[in-house]
Amino acid sequence: MTTKRTFPHLKRLENISIHILREAYASFGNLCMLWSIGKDSTVMLWLARKAFYGHVPFPLVHIDTHYKIPEMISYRDRLTKEWGLTMVVGENASALDQKETFPDGNVDRITCCRNLKTQALVHTLDGSWPRYRFNHKTGEYDLDRNNEPYTGVIAGVRADEEGSRSKERYFSARNRAATWDIADQPPEFWSYYKTDFAPGTHVRIHPLLDWTELNIWEYIRQEEIPTVSLYYDQGDGKRYRSLGCQPCTTPIDSTSKTVDDIIDELQSGQLSNIAERSGRAQDKDDGGGLETLRRDGYM
Amino acid sequence: MKQQMNIVIVGHVDHGKSTVIGRLLADTDSLPKGKLQQIRDLCERTSKPFEYAFLLDALKDEQSQGITIDSARVFFKTEKRHYIIIDAPGHIEFLKNMITGASRAEAALLVIDANEGVQENSRRHGYMLGMLGIRKIAVLVNKMDLVGYSQQVFERIRSEYSEFLSGIGLEAELFIPVSGMAGDNVAGFGEGMPWYDGKTVLQTLDDFEVLPPDESLPFRLPVQDVYKFTRFGDSRRIIAGTITSGRVRVGDKVVFFPSGKRTTVQSLQTFPVPESPADIPGSEISGNPVGITLEEQLYVTRGDMVAIEGEANPKVATRLKVSLFWLARKSLSSSRDVLLRIGTCKVRARLEQINRLIDASNLEALASPEEVKRHDVAECVLQCDQPIAFDLSVDNAETGRFVIIDDYEIAGGGIIQEALEDDQSWLRDKVMTRNIKWEKSAIGRLQRAEHYCQRAALVLVTGHEDSRKKEVAKALEADLFSHGRLTYYLGIGSLLYGVDADLKTPGSDSRVEHRDEHLRRFAEVAHLFLDSGMILVATAIDLSQHDLEMIRTVLQRHPVLVVWSGDQSGMPVSADTEVPAQLNVEDGVAHVKSLLQEQGIIFKG
Repeated sequence: MTTKRTFPHLKRLENISIHILREAYASFGNLCMLWSIGKDSTVMLWLARKAFYGHVPFPLVHIDTHYKIPEMISYRDRLTKEWGLTMVVGENASALDQKETFPDGNVDRITCCRNLKTQALVHTLDGSWPRYRFNHKTGEYDLDRNNEPYTGVIAGVRADEEGSRSKERYFSARNRAATWDIADQPPEFWSYYKTDFAPGTHVRIHPLLDWTELNIWEYIRQEEIPTVSLYYDQGDGKRYRSLGCQPCTTPIDSTSKTVDDIIDELQSGQLSNIAERSGRAQDKDDGGGLETLRRDGYM
Repeated sequence: MKQQMNIVIVGHVDHGKSTVIGRLLADTDSLPKGKLQQIRDLCERTSKPFEYAFLLDALKDEQSQGITIDSARVFFKTEKRHYIIIDAPGHIEFLKNMITGASRAEAALLVIDANEGVQENSRRHGYMLGMLGIRKIAVLVNKMDLVGYSQQVFERIRSEYSEFLSGIGLEAELFIPVSGMAGDNVAGFGEGMPWYDGKTVLQTLDDFEVLPPDESLPFRLPVQDVYKFTRFGDSRRIIAGTITSGRVRVGDKVVFFPSGKRTTVQSLQTFPVPESPADIPGSEISGNPVGITLEEQLYVTRGDMVAIEGEANPKVATRLKVSLFWLARKSLSSSRDVLLRIGTCKVRARLEQINRLIDASNLEALASPEEVKRHDVAECVLQCDQPIAFDLSVDNAETGRFVIIDDYEIAGGGIIQEALEDDQSWLRDKVMTRNIKWEKSAIGRLQRAEHYCQRAALVLVTGHEDSRKKEVAKALEADLFSHGRLTYYLGIGSLLYGVDADLKTPGSDSRVEHRDEHLRRFAEVAHLFLDSGMILVATAIDLSQHDLEMIRTVLQRHPVLVVWSGDQSGMPVSADTEVPAQLNVEDGVAHVKSLLQEQGIIFKG
């Protein structure tokens, strides 16, 4: 086998991300990583395996809205088994029971997002709602006995995704109510981050902040990271560029069938004037950005 | 594949940073389709004049306030490379955000309004760029359209600001007269300034070179963590961290600071493991995160600094002369402890004295330097509770800088100018030399511990005169011995006529006259016992905190348990436990033994 070609700009991004992941692991006793199953957080998961030499020494948390595209869930459970991951799933059981969702026709998109994602996330992280942990023996999800609040939460947001994310820190403090004070964020310089935190608060950690959509795909190609097939055209001339809930996510017109095709497509500039999250209907309903949702604790 | 570069844009509030960026984006066709029109329409609806700055205002907050509150990232590309432009706020209130943005950049554009000239934050930001270590700076004299594109105005600002920069040891690569609003000299030259024969902002950016790391610097690896994932069935013990300078190879002899302990690099870990062993890297360079395994299992923790034997050593000290900037609302004063962080090492520290307080906006010295207030810059002395390893900023930028944590937040940062002496510097130097020169046994620390079912430790029994110290200590020795432990009793005074014989002068008490040397030798003797795996039980009269700290310095990470025997009034040392006079010796011994068990010093095999 010949030595795999690595690109200097990807190496630089990888270096910072790994350093951040290791700082997070060294600093937070109750750490978790959010895994949306999408390309970004899967790259982040891969980076964690690199940082910790094949292990992921903290749980991965996934919020199941029950409206995710089914293939996402089977992909999640497959990698959980293959990579020996500690997989924890949370949900908003009451909103689902009471049908307070957009697909049920009872609330608008933003409220649905707030219910099924933001609320579920906030309460899963603070441990006030049940968590379900993958049992590697049975392949089922059992009630997780650990309901300690997570004090460090690693999330795969990227600065180039949309406006509010471009103002994030690598280590971003959240208060008790999980809200985000954009105007008064702590300073972050050289390789020093906010790794000290007051009791009751938690810190969001963003190892992918400097990565672009193109970097993510280039890295997926370089590292041969397995991705869910929804990102590729299966013959109908459509593919998903960003993954979310089935009712609010639409594929884009594209004939990209492989990672190489996607990289060519991104480099050609065909998509450069279309927002990456253009297929995500809730963004538009929030006035073009995710800011309202994100202040409340959305990723 | 194109290069990528981070650029920060700084300057006084309202000097037009956002406008310059907006113009760069618009003129390089880097905006999403329809964005420009959308903002123009919005301005028309709200009867505001259109501004390029609005393009950046991705956040609603910002539009309402009209000032950049945080460093926003903007992406654009030229033929040569991809750029991330970090738009740093110009308002003094947001200095910490400016620093956050600027520290991520490799080069800076500093904007000065031609109409207003050099202002407070023009200077403060220049100063901060210097502190942050950014050397590639282009100064844009903006709003040239408002001064009739006057060459005179431009030259005046250039000479004034150059003088300021040279005063702080900086030099701008060039000055460019621009108009963000009209577009002159931003992406193209425009009509306004035929007298200008320099480069546009865009050309300037493309001409900034990304320098490779300085290969001549010695190897430094601040230990981030030590991984042992036994719960995943992995027995590797991996020392993890990011190399901040130099290069490390398999087989290199490495030294850990501040201890001076040394061993050899056994392997460099990788994931995924390459199929062919030939693809496993034999060395790693500056900037890369690494995981190394060692030939010998030294006691290593986060915060240690790894260097290579034979290369320049880092400094080790408890007192540092530094230059720092302060960002927190609560001032830095000598009355309060803070945390000092260098690399991955974090120690309790405090301000010892302020040598000079500077107003970073005009470089004037401030009066009454008792505390360092928000946005001040100060030259001062910091004092740490424990020795810390570092480099001087002039020798090695990365390991020569620090931050101060106060109230869980990064409250300030700075660069180290000098390592100062303290009353234990002489002792630490001796210990370090001892460690470096030590010829090691083939039997390791852990092997001995496993073999003897005990961790080596020093139990120091101290107390006032006639307080049963020796009785308690010998009873403890006897009890440990009868249970098969490897132990030895040593009275500190027993050294006087042997080890300390040369210190004796007739008619004087060497314990007084040569107190520090006497203690050092005692501690070195104790170190031998501990290195051999023993539990040494020693007695010393009225041991003080100062004495104890000296002993700890010599014994480094070996556990030291202080037992105070007898009358507790006027205890000169903080003891781990006490054997009061009313307790019988037998119960006292049992009490100390249970503590040894609790601390894992004695355990079952």
